[in-house]
Amino acid sequence: MTKKQKKMMGRIIVASALFIALQFVPLEGAWKLFASAGIYLIVAYDILLKSVKGVLAGQLLDENFLMTVASLGAFALGICDGSGDHNEAIAVILFYQIGELFQSCAVSKSRRSIAALMDIRPDYAHVERGGQLSTVSPDEVPIGSIIVVQPGEKVPLDGIIQEGDSLLDTSALTGESVPRSAHPGENAMSGCINLRSPLRIRTTREFGESTVTKILQLMQEAASRKSKSEQFITKFARIYTPIVCGAALLLALLPPAVLVIMGASAEWTTWLYRSLIFLVISCPCALVLSIPLSFFAGIGGAGRVGILIKGSHFMETLAQAQVAVFDKTGTLTRGVFEVVAAHHSPYSLQELLQLAAAAESASSHPISISLRQACAQSLPPADISDMQELQGLGVISTVKGLRVAVGNEKLMAGEGVEAMPCHCVGTIVHIAINHRYAGHILISDSLKPTSVRALAELKSIGIRKTVMLTGDNSRTAEAVSRELELDEVHCELLPAHKVEEVERLMRTNMGHLFFVGDGVNDAPVLARADVGIAMGGLGSDAAIEAADVVIMDDDPARIPLAIRCARRCIRIVRQNIVFAIGAKLACLVLGALGMANMWFAIFADVGVLILCVLNSIRAMSSK
Amino acid sequence: MQLLTTKKELTMKKNYEIEVDCANCASKMEQVTKEVSGVKGAAINFIMQRLTVEFEEGADIKAVMTAVVKACKRVEPDCEISC
Repeated sequence: MTKKQKKMMGRIIVASALFIALQFVPLEGAWKLFASAGIYLIVAYDILLKSVKGVLAGQLLDENFLMTVASLGAFALGICDGSGDHNEAIAVILFYQIGELFQSCAVSKSRRSIAALMDIRPDYAHVERGGQLSTVSPDEVPIGSIIVVQPGEKVPLDGIIQEGDSLLDTSALTGESVPRSAHPGENAMSGCINLRSPLRIRTTREFGESTVTKILQLMQEAASRKSKSEQFITKFARIYTPIVCGAALLLALLPPAVLVIMGASAEWTTWLYRSLIFLVISCPCALVLSIPLSFFAGIGGAGRVGILIKGSHFMETLAQAQVAVFDKTGTLTRGVFEVVAAHHSPYSLQELLQLAAAAESASSHPISISLRQACAQSLPPADISDMQELQGLGVISTVKGLRVAVGNEKLMAGEGVEAMPCHCVGTIVHIAINHRYAGHILISDSLKPTSVRALAELKSIGIRKTVMLTGDNSRTAEAVSRELELDEVHCELLPAHKVEEVERLMRTNMGHLFFVGDGVNDAPVLARADVGIAMGGLGSDAAIEAADVVIMDDDPARIPLAIRCARRCIRIVRQNIVFAIGAKLACLVLGALGMANMWFAIFADVGVLILCVLNSIRAMSSK
Repeated sequence: MQLLTTKKELTMKKNYEIEVDCANCASKMEQVTKEVSGVKGAAINFIMQRLTVEFEEGADIKAVMTAVVKACKRVEPDCEISC
């Protein structure tokens, strides 16, 4: 509890004790009034002060002012009707303060527990300077410094491992519980925990640019992009207070006026009392607080399992998604290609590989990477020039003075050669040298182990259509699609065609669509889809930037999980909206009919708020 | 859909720690901050207790923030904004 909260607590306890004592002390008339006023002031003086300030600033609909009017009104009624009973005025303000205190505690408690989910920020770094280690704050470490990370510590900055073999626990970033092995030459992401032995790392990024900072920023900023429900609540809150206050005024004036006209007794005090009940519940706090809190908890909970949702409105769209569109390579398949064979070539496999790998030496396409990996002896960079990468087709380079074209059949057609088809299933890379066909290399990719389960699960949670878009040939695409039981497959697409295809699917009005890609070449599609999901975002800035949801590891099974998290969160948001508005309405109706008193109203109001806050916290669970 | 925020835009956005007790007051503060001249947009994250202000190009950040604090104090005398 903060100092402020403790002080409030003290005031509440003193006032409650005195309040109870007052019930047993036989005070009469003016003395009783003085004693009651004293207790009232102990518990309400700050509200009175704030309401005076508020009124001076022209804030008539300020909740402090309304509470002051309601409680002083109750006081006045107690004096007027001669009963000398001021319990109600004190009780209302006492309950109100208890409610405020509870709200304040609940909010700081839930803030802390959600913040704990995001507690991946490293606090310090051991920097090696002149052979000595000094411990500094991570944001003081320049690029290229050597840092040492002991077992049990967080890697503070992104870098390349120089020395040491260890295991890294990436679960805070990816939700993946199996540690990654870490060896010299490999990247170490900030936010991972070093498990086994010390690592020396050369930093490649400043703290402000490092993975852990980016993820934290995304999670914290996610809540500032408001969802439809939040916008609705903001609008509702803005009109709610004026409407309730207006209704209170009408209730105080209209029924007595009607009664007078009808010749009955006006019963001013009864109606005044009922209208004061309205003022007591005129603050829309339960709604205004619990809806963003639910989203925040939901985003935090998803973050814990490595699903970064970049805004609460994506949560809403994802929960309603009906169509799932996937990229193939790197998303459903492992994206690791292995060279299987070379066919129809006058060269040997290694010779052909050497040329192809050289031609593709600057490309980051997964196929290029696997060609380079399979190539036993790569050519020196001096032998390679004039490299041009043609998106969706391949690469044309000059290698040792030869024009080497490496790519698909369309590229071959462009080179004026006829490509020989292959009878095997896999990715076929055709090669033409000086406009003459030089054979093809067969590369095959395998499905990720969880792809089948992920797709089955999507169907079982009610996704109506699953589609795969790929730049690959139809034979490979068909084979993958049969294994995954997809509804639709479109193959041999350029990135631009993928956008068109997604747009066409969006026009069919099947419902919201999400696109899952690995972030390489997919940025336009990720941006175009209702929700763009990037997989394997760890370390890839482009994917983190372009996508609306980032799956930190590359496990497709996280996608149904993300949808379940989103749906759960939205369900909680709806419950809170219905519950909070329903309870307010019930109080208003019962109050107007004289079936509820002020005690009941304030009790219900505070109770609803607390239940809504507790309900919000449920959204944090990611199961 | 917006894709990338450029560096320039990022520098015109600033975060401030705030202290405010009730969620409704926070949304009122957000509302009045948006109306301060020199402010392009504002968002309060009640849970993180953070105010994000996006300034108009060429705005005097210090002067704008003084006006923002004043406007917020008017709707919620109890709030704190640390700039």
